[in-house]
Amino acid sequence: MIENVDLSLVDWSRAQFALTAMYHWIFVPLTLGLSFIIAIMETIYVRTGNENWKRVTKFWMTLFGINFAIGVATGIILEFEFGTNWSNYSWFVGDIFGAPLAIEGILAFFLESTFVAVMFFGWNKVSKKFHLASSWLVAIGANLSALWILVANAWMQNPVGMTFNPDTARNEMIDFWAVLFNPVAVQKFLHTITSGFLLGSVFVLGISSWFLLKKREEWLAKRSILIAGIFGLISILTVIYTGDSSARTISKVQPMKFAAFEAHYAGKGNAGLTVFGILKNSEKKIGEKETKEFAMRIQVPALLSIMTGGDSDFYVPGIEDLMGVGPEEHQQLSVSQKMENGKYAREVLTDYKRAKMIKDTAQIRIIRDIFHDRDFIENNFRYFGYAFLKIPEDAIPNVSVAFYSFHLMVLLGFFFLIVCSVALYILFRGTLLKNRWFLWIAIISIPLVYISSESGWVLAEMGRQPWIIQDLMPVSAAVTRLTAGSVLTTFILFAVLFTSLLFAEVSIMIRQIKTGPKH
Amino acid sequence: MKIIPEPFNNIFRFYYDGFMNMSDWGKKVWIIIIVKLIIIFAIFRLFFFNDFLQKNFDNDNRRSEYVLDQLTVSTTADD
Repeated sequence: MIENVDLSLVDWSRAQFALTAMYHWIFVPLTLGLSFIIAIMETIYVRTGNENWKRVTKFWMTLFGINFAIGVATGIILEFEFGTNWSNYSWFVGDIFGAPLAIEGILAFFLESTFVAVMFFGWNKVSKKFHLASSWLVAIGANLSALWILVANAWMQNPVGMTFNPDTARNEMIDFWAVLFNPVAVQKFLHTITSGFLLGSVFVLGISSWFLLKKREEWLAKRSILIAGIFGLISILTVIYTGDSSARTISKVQPMKFAAFEAHYAGKGNAGLTVFGILKNSEKKIGEKETKEFAMRIQVPALLSIMTGGDSDFYVPGIEDLMGVGPEEHQQLSVSQKMENGKYAREVLTDYKRAKMIKDTAQIRIIRDIFHDRDFIENNFRYFGYAFLKIPEDAIPNVSVAFYSFHLMVLLGFFFLIVCSVALYILFRGTLLKNRWFLWIAIISIPLVYISSESGWVLAEMGRQPWIIQDLMPVSAAVTRLTAGSVLTTFILFAVLFTSLLFAEVSIMIRQIKTGPKH
Repeated sequence: MKIIPEPFNNIFRFYYDGFMNMSDWGKKVWIIIIVKLIIIFAIFRLFFFNDFLQKNFDNDNRRSEYVLDQLTVSTTADD
């Protein structure tokens, strides 16, 4: 039935979700990172009793408050979109999302809402220690609520811990712990929150540098750079570490995404890691699909093999291997074969539907048993989504988008490693004010860290196309049969709302930064 | 005689004083929050973002049947 879906509907539904998610992600990482920086600063204030630290804490808390308030409820729109634009998908995921999102809602509401009030209204009304505890609980609560969203997202990248119920057409959670400790979830959580910590740190570095350039608030700026530099350095090192382990997991559970973000077409041992590259169209095709090749690239020999398999001889499969057109000795289960396996699963489900319609109880019983058969689950239902692909090449994501978003994120990540290191180095040498070039770089780093953070999500979501749930459901099968025009209308409404919110945030924040901390 | 227990009264006073003594930026963001929530829940949710399956089908059985139809190849009882 879904074969006749309007492609412009799928594209607009995706564009709308991307717009909402990307705007939402402008607000979230600053909350994740700045909340911890504030808690650290307040801890120093409580331990030292130095009122200057209280002033520093309150200044950053103001910026945190603006960002937190403007960002509140922007994520709820994503849940609206699930029910309206992605109804097949939201039904199919069943209760998998129910538990994590419910926990997220409770955490976000009680922990954040209660203790955020204490953070802002509680100065001089509650004890110093209770106020400090509230600040820490806001930071912990914000990051824990991110955990549950990321667990849900990780399940879409690597669906585990569930079984499909053909009666309800829903997946049912059978192992909560498998969903929670899904390797993709653990790495995604650590990588995402530490990238938020880094973003918060770079934000503080940049604004503190602006104060120094303006020759204002030197005490505040230098102490803030100290805290943000250390916190940022620890964060970026963790981001690099978790990014590396995350990529290794992706190479196993989403090998096509891995091959795409490295633009790795022909599999090989001794595979080099591309540090920087420019892609161009190749004359070679895979089926009907255009391919890319490097116009230029800087590569570290054998590093991709070493990072992926721990050995320079490790064979890293390329897109051609995954499509079944690579060398015979390295061929994997091809997409064509997966399509056949998925189609069989779909036929079984169709037979089940037919048996239910004619109330053929014997057939119903037989097919129910098939859905519990391990062999069927692992070899057929696992590839259910491939049944919806028209041609095998549909399984290849947009290589250029995956490649550039990944490399932009990584290059900027290493740039921030240098920024945090240099900030601390020149701070300890006492030459911060003399190095005005660095202060400018720190300011420019603020938009760059947002670009880097958004690139990570572009990679995560575009790199896994065509899947909304890896191997189980493509976006074309997930979308609700609405008109493309109605989705376009709401796309424009969201674009207007979110742009207004962003404009409001930036303008209120700039005014508060210019005003500076209260004396 | 106290009508409101002391802890509740303290919590109320805490929030009341907090809102009454709010800074300029705090007042601005609260206006933005309220306008935003009205737009999201009273306009978007009511007029543009109905839950498709909730709106179009009476019960979960009908919803399951619809999604099953979407996920399988077209069949009729005569097939």
